[in-house]
Formats: sequence, structure tokens, C-alpha cells
Amino acid sequence: MSAETMTVFSPQLSERFETLMAKYPVKRSALVPMLLYAQDEVGYLSDAVISEVAARIGITELDVRNVATYYSMLRFKPVGKYNVQVCTNISCMLRGAYDVYERFQDELGIGPKGVTPDGVFSLEEVECIGACCWAPAIQINYDFHDELTPESIPGILAGYRFKSEVPSDGSSSLGWKAEVPSDGSSSLGWKAGAEVPNA
Amino acid sequence: MPRLVSHPDEVKIVTRRFGQGAADIARYEELGGYGSARKCLELGPEWIINEMKASNLRGRGGAGFPTGLKWSFVPKQSAKPKYVLVNGDESEPGTCKDHLIFLHDPHAVIEGTIIAGLAIGAKMGFIYLRGEYRYLLQIMEKAVAEAYAKGYLGKNIFGTDTEFQIMTHTGAGAYEVGEESALMESLEGKRGVPRIKPPFPAVVGLYGGPTVINNAETIATVPHVIEMGAAAFAATGSERNGGTRLFGISGHVERPGVYELPMGYNLKKMIYEVAGGVRGGRKLKAVVPGGSSTPVLLPDEIDIGMDFDQVGKAGSMLGSGGVVVIDDQTCIVEFALRTISFYQHESCGWCIPCREGTDWLKKSLTRFHAGFGTAKDIDNIKYLAENMMGRTFCPLGDAAAMPTLGFVKKFRKEFEDHLDGKPCPFAKHVEVALV
Repeated sequence: MSAETMTVFSPQLSERFETLMAKYPVKRSALVPMLLYAQDEVGYLSDAVISEVAARIGITELDVRNVATYYSMLRFKPVGKYNVQVCTNISCMLRGAYDVYERFQDELGIGPKGVTPDGVFSLEEVECIGACCWAPAIQINYDFHDELTPESIPGILAGYRFKSEVPSDGSSSLGWKAEVPSDGSSSLGWKAGAEVPNA
Repeated sequence: MPRLVSHPDEVKIVTRRFGQGAADIARYEELGGYGSARKCLELGPEWIINEMKASNLRGRGGAGFPTGLKWSFVPKQSAKPKYVLVNGDESEPGTCKDHLIFLHDPHAVIEGTIIAGLAIGAKMGFIYLRGEYRYLLQIMEKAVAEAYAKGYLGKNIFGTDTEFQIMTHTGAGAYEVGEESALMESLEGKRGVPRIKPPFPAVVGLYGGPTVINNAETIATVPHVIEMGAAAFAATGSERNGGTRLFGISGHVERPGVYELPMGYNLKKMIYEVAGGVRGGRKLKAVVPGGSSTPVLLPDEIDIGMDFDQVGKAGSMLGSGGVVVIDDQTCIVEFALRTISFYQHESCGWCIPCREGTDWLKKSLTRFHAGFGTAKDIDNIKYLAENMMGRTFCPLGDAAAMPTLGFVKKFRKEFEDHLDGKPCPFAKHVEVALV
């Protein structure tokens, strides 16, 4: 596949990749960052993403998959537009992380690794996110929220729900810009179970 | 936004610019920044390494290896390019100090990287941040761009004919990548599995070139060592343990936070005075002194100085400086289970004792905590952990085995209280543990 003619990435992302690959002493060093940035834009590592990253770096798709499966942040299925990641590791656990996790499940009506029917939220339990002294802490996409109580959760979710319904400029905390249709799903396939247009 | 805390006993060296807008280069320079790099350019590699050796600065990632000595291992002549690699993969549960360094003082990381580069004769440095730290990566990227714009990075740094380039790099979620050889593999675009040593990175490292790998806190400390002088820095700490350390106190304390205290500061005082004691006036049950991989200490074992040697003598490790405080309402079996679940999740599977050992331990502890353990299981847990120790390429196997052994040895009675279908005396999250 020629990267120029059949790209699944935005022009900005394509440019970022080219710059990255040129800067590292070895092109392949750009692989992990490229996968993460592509995931930020597309939502997950679709077959098309893997194929294009492999082609750009000049390694096999198998090689890309072999590396991608090692890293816990990289995923092969879409998640919600806002992916709630609750740390339950020791420091957070001691300060009530499981109560926070349970409250998220109740509020969202989904279980571990679940996605809400409108595709806005997904939920997962994660390992230490490096916010131990401000526990319990979570990340929603890349945003940290710390010193949580179960009572603080509805407010946090309401904030993101509002953002998903009335985006000021269509941008998300992931840095991508998207047209948000009236049904709350995005054009990038965040709606649960929907096919990603470019995949 | 992570809350900054303060205590009169703190000696603010590394944290002295925190909360003062030093992420901006102009402010960083106002506060004395980049003076150390200029000084090092003048005085040269030999002087830098001698100064680092005299400072007794030891690696803040956990192993406590003397920084100056590490730098001196890099050969002067090398056919392949040399590199500096800053380890900001901060993933050890209980540890969040680098988080604050990247947030409040990114230029100190850059300046430290430049100095390390000058010391070993490298022309390029990499600052590797864990993938979850995206907002911190953006702060670092902005700081690097500012340093380039000022001419502090590039072909002719500070107007000299010395070249030094820095690249930031993001991981994508992997605890094990915090191990130095796995970190290099990851930066090379591969799975983060460890390399066999020797050869050590100082001889054959990143892209096959001699490489110095330092923890982000170590690197951020370097400019301060140069600025205040090795002798003054060494005098701040305890014997063979120079300077201060960013101790992250978390868990059941009144005032959790990252406190900068002199090496050798008393652990008991740290918990009861600096962090305000056990939350809600409860009793102390146990302390994990240096991140989740370090063996647990009992309340009567904490009257010790927090430096690499004294904590070692007490049968544990200073590790990453993440002090996790556990009160008497906590089930140690559940705590041990949560700890081993983490290592089971993070084991890369490269070495069998770690891959199988962490899995068996998790299964045994899950069964145990659910009330289906037998007396034999306790010894079996010990047997498994003992047989993981020292039998893996990287220290992840040890990191999983050491705390497990500590819990079983020091809290055997509590394990016995879970035997024969007895419900957990602290039962709260049994169902979660079964997931």
C-alpha cells in the first residue's frame, strides 16, 4: 500500500509520523509512539492502522502486532469516546479505589471493559497510573482526576457527558477534531459496535 | 492537578522550583537554571564525573547505584554513538515523584541530561515518559522546544562547538520497561523484554552504543549537585547517601504527598510527623518502604533512617522512595493479592519462573483470600516465591517474589486466619479479587 495514496491518517498525523521517523537514529524507534498517536486519532488499532504503520516504517504487519500486543495502552477494539480508567493498585486501593470503581459501574450501568450503549463512555480497571499520593486517582482518556470520592463521580461524568453533547470546537481531550453528529456518536467510530469508517 | 505539600523538615533542593512557574524557560533561568550546564561545559567531563562521585548521589530509580561511578564506566572512545537515556517510565506502585518533576521543573530534566551527555561524551539524549503521562510529555516537549530556541540544545550548545540533541519519547503502558534493558528495547521499537547482561548498557546499550540510563529524579538532581557543590550535597544526606530524596507517602496517612527529605531521615518520624500519622487515629499495621516491590516492615521495624544502606539492613529496600502506609483495618492477604496481581499483569513472559510464578502466586492467593486455602498453601506460596528469586533476566521476578515472601513471613498468622473456609476477617472486596 502506498502511504501517499491510501492513508487512514489526517495530514497532521502523517506529517508528525514523517518528522518522528526522520528524527530517530533508527526509523523503527518511532513505532510505539506512532501506534499510540494513531490510536488517539482513529480510536483503536484497526487492521488499516496496523497495515499503514507497518508500510510507513518498512516492517511486517506481524512485527507491528507483535510489538503492539506488549503495551497495555494499545487496543484492538474501539472503546468509548471517554475511556474511564480506574487505578485500583495498592495506594489507590487503600484509599477506596474499589468503591470508586463500583460507583462508576453503577453510574454508567456497565461492568469492567464495558462500553455504554451511546458509545460515550467505557470503563476499565488499570494498574498504577503514578498518582499514588493523590489517591484514589483515575484517568479519563489522558486527563487525571485525583483525590476522588464516590460522591464526586456523578459530577465528573456529567462534565464529560456535557462535552460530548455540546463540543465547543469539536475537539476532545485526545487532541483530535471531529464532527459530532446529533446522535452523540462521532464520525470516528466511537459509537459502540459501529464500524470505523476508514477501517 | 496533583497537590503540593510542605513540611518544615523538608530540605528543598530538587523541589525548590516547584510551584513557581519554572516550566517556562525564562522563569527557570531567573531561578538559577542552566548555570550548571554552562559550568560543566567549562570544566569538562573529568571534573563532572569526579564531582558526581564525590556527591554520593545514588540512583533514584530504586537500585541506588552511585551515579558518578555509572557514568565513569562509559568508554571514552567509541566507534558507535553514545547516548543518555532518561527513565521516566515511573510505574512502581506507590511512586509518583517523577510526575511532579516533569510537571514543575522540566528544564531541570533537560539540564541534567545535557550534563550527563557532557560527562560521557554523548551527542544525544532521550527522555522516555510512560504513555499515561501525556500531559507531562507535552510539558516536556514544550520545554525541549524552548531550550532549542535558546540554543541550549542543538549543534552548538550555549554558543560552543559542542553538540547535544534531546528527543522526548512516549511509552504505551508497560511497567517492565522501567528496567533499563527493557527500556532500550522499547525505545528501539520492540517489545520491552529485558536483555541479558553483560554486556552492560555502559558498553553496549541503545542502538549498540555505550549508554547511560538514569532515573528522571536522578537526572533532575544533577544540576543541583553542580550548583551547590558535591561536598555540600553529600553533607545533606547520610553516610554514602548524598542529598535528599523525594519520598512519596501514600496510603493510610493524614497528609499523603511527595516530601523532599534528607537521605537517612527517620521513617517513623516521616509517617507520624511529616505525613501527620495514621489516618483517623487508627493503628499502624505495616509499611511498604520503597514501592510495591520492597518487603514490608512491621511497626516495630520502622525506627530506621531512610537511606539505601539502613533500609537494606532492616531487611527491605529503599527502592523508589514510595512509602505505602497500611492501617490495622487492612487485610494483608488482600494487599498481597493485589500486589501479586499487578506483577502477574506486568510480567512480560520472557522468563518462565516469572511468567509462571506470578500466575501461580496470584491463583494461590486468590483462592486463599476467598477462604479456600489449606495450611500447605502457605508454604507453597513461600516455595514458589523463593524459586523465582534470582532466576530471571530482569528484576521483575524478584520484585514480585520479595514482597510476597515478606507478607507470608511477617503475617503468617493472618494467612492462617483465612484457612478452612473462614471468611476474611476484613472481608470487603473478595468478589473483586476473584476477577
